[in-house]
Amino acid sequence: MSRHFKAKITNNLSLNGKNGLLSIEPLEPVINPEPGQFYMIGVSNSHDPFLKRPFSFFRKTSEGIQFLYEVRGKGTMMMKGFRDGEVINILGPLGKGYPEPGGDKTPLLIAGGMGIASVFSLVEAFAKRAYVFYGAKDKEGLLMLDGLEELAGELIISTDDGSFGEKGTIVDVLNNFLTSHFSLLTSHLIYACGPKPMLEAVSRIALGRGIKGYISAEENMACGVGACLGCAIKVKSQKSKVKSQIYKMVCKDGPVFPIEEIVW
Amino acid sequence: MVRSHLRHSRLSGIFLEEGFRTSRNDRNRENTMDLSVSIGHLKLKNPVMTASGTFGYGEEYSEFVDLNRLGAVVVKGISLEPREGNPPPRICETPCGMLNTIGLQNVGLRRFLKEKLPYLRRFDTPVIVNILGNTVQEYVRLSEALDNAGVDGIELNVSCPNVKKAEMIFGTDKKTLAMLISKVRQSVKRAVLITKLSPSVSNIQEFSKIAEDSGSDAVSLINTIPGMAIDIETWRPKLANITGGLSGPAIKPIAVRMVWETYNAVKIPIIGMGGIMSAEDAIEFMLAGATAVAVGTANFVNPEATVAIISGIEGYLGKKGMRGVKEIIGGMNNA
Repeated sequence: MSRHFKAKITNNLSLNGKNGLLSIEPLEPVINPEPGQFYMIGVSNSHDPFLKRPFSFFRKTSEGIQFLYEVRGKGTMMMKGFRDGEVINILGPLGKGYPEPGGDKTPLLIAGGMGIASVFSLVEAFAKRAYVFYGAKDKEGLLMLDGLEELAGELIISTDDGSFGEKGTIVDVLNNFLTSHFSLLTSHLIYACGPKPMLEAVSRIALGRGIKGYISAEENMACGVGACLGCAIKVKSQKSKVKSQIYKMVCKDGPVFPIEEIVW
Repeated sequence: MVRSHLRHSRLSGIFLEEGFRTSRNDRNRENTMDLSVSIGHLKLKNPVMTASGTFGYGEEYSEFVDLNRLGAVVVKGISLEPREGNPPPRICETPCGMLNTIGLQNVGLRRFLKEKLPYLRRFDTPVIVNILGNTVQEYVRLSEALDNAGVDGIELNVSCPNVKKAEMIFGTDKKTLAMLISKVRQSVKRAVLITKLSPSVSNIQEFSKIAEDSGSDAVSLINTIPGMAIDIETWRPKLANITGGLSGPAIKPIAVRMVWETYNAVKIPIIGMGGIMSAEDAIEFMLAGATAVAVGTANFVNPEATVAIISGIEGYLGKKGMRGVKEIIGGMNNA
């Protein structure tokens, strides 16, 4: 089993103008992914662009793996053009995913925008046990709602413009929720993925309320296997007694990190 | 003419073979195709090595590549003390290339010797260690320690564009470069000494000649070329360090040109690198005069790039009816 494999596109579904759901079928035996892990997808055989693009493991299907993507640049534009039957090169699963919660902790899953691509498989893994907070700019940006409704214990949605769910950011919604429900929940564990400002805000809330948790980080990446040292993220050093900060690699040490480790 | 004599002896293989001890690395005996080349007294089973900084410490790629198959593994640049590296974003892709400003993040000499080198020693492949320092003394201490530890090659990094201090100056100032190489030469007894030159000079021949005259066994060229990119939405540079080193196919023609120019200026072997993505690219470098090649950014695109390139070179030679890879070194200059 190799983490570098060829896969056939079985479906490339356009969800709206800029988002798509890519389904692939590996053409060789592959390693089972865990929630929070990611893959590097080869988007072209040309030299421009040439680096593989990192995508969260979204969901497993009977025939293979699915990825949720947003067209942001040259590479994802090429991805949008993938046709059924086309064969692509993939590297993965890579990195460390979300750790399993110990005991009877209540998982609070927070996704902002495309962060749902990483959080979705966790929602599925928790099978109706998790509180899911999902925010986007507008209704158009909310993806895979049917699936989430089916798999979440409770689904709380917000949009910045109020076009669907509560109006406001998902951070505000989470904060309000914790204020009103805090005494009811014996213990929580936060899992979050989304834009950097959202992750920072969620981390502050978690630290402020003494809730443990994990965030999934994002950074420009070239190799995906810890060799190029491109995807650095600043963390608190745990080894030395003296307080210090070091760089870890999002691709290998992460993408999932304990909230208390990150230096914002 | 000296130059034509040099060409002749190179093509006949005399220069490369004469007086060199056979290293433990020759596994191609059963193979009819002779892919071996020599860098100084170090014999490589094939001319394909990894470019420093693109292959980690080898272990990162060992699940994709049988390290035994490589001509040599060149590891990430090592300094005396660990280095933290630059803040992110450290990389961004540009047309047919990428910019990086890693900032020479590395584990430092002590951890390299203790944790990284023993792993690499399990393989029947020479280990070449890229080194960097702030002072001549630091380079000397590093090379002494590594030479004593039994590494097969030491590559002097005097050309990283991502540090503000000394390394770049060593690579672009002739006197300083000569002094640095001479001092390091005195402390390196067993390993081959390679100088990795900066492309940011107007005359690469002069610097290659300095490397040769100061005791370098070979030159590596080229390192990345300083560059930058700006996000037109935010008006901010795409790299936190503003500038970075450009690598990838975009720089290949520049690298091939510099290899060719250097080939005509020095007798020591050249390790050619800069945007090698395929066997065809590697062959181009060798035809320009490279004795060996290093694969860099291609590893990120395809973790198996090195072995694919080795097979591709072998296939090319077979198709051309050649028996050894040495036949193509500098071939353009003779065609």
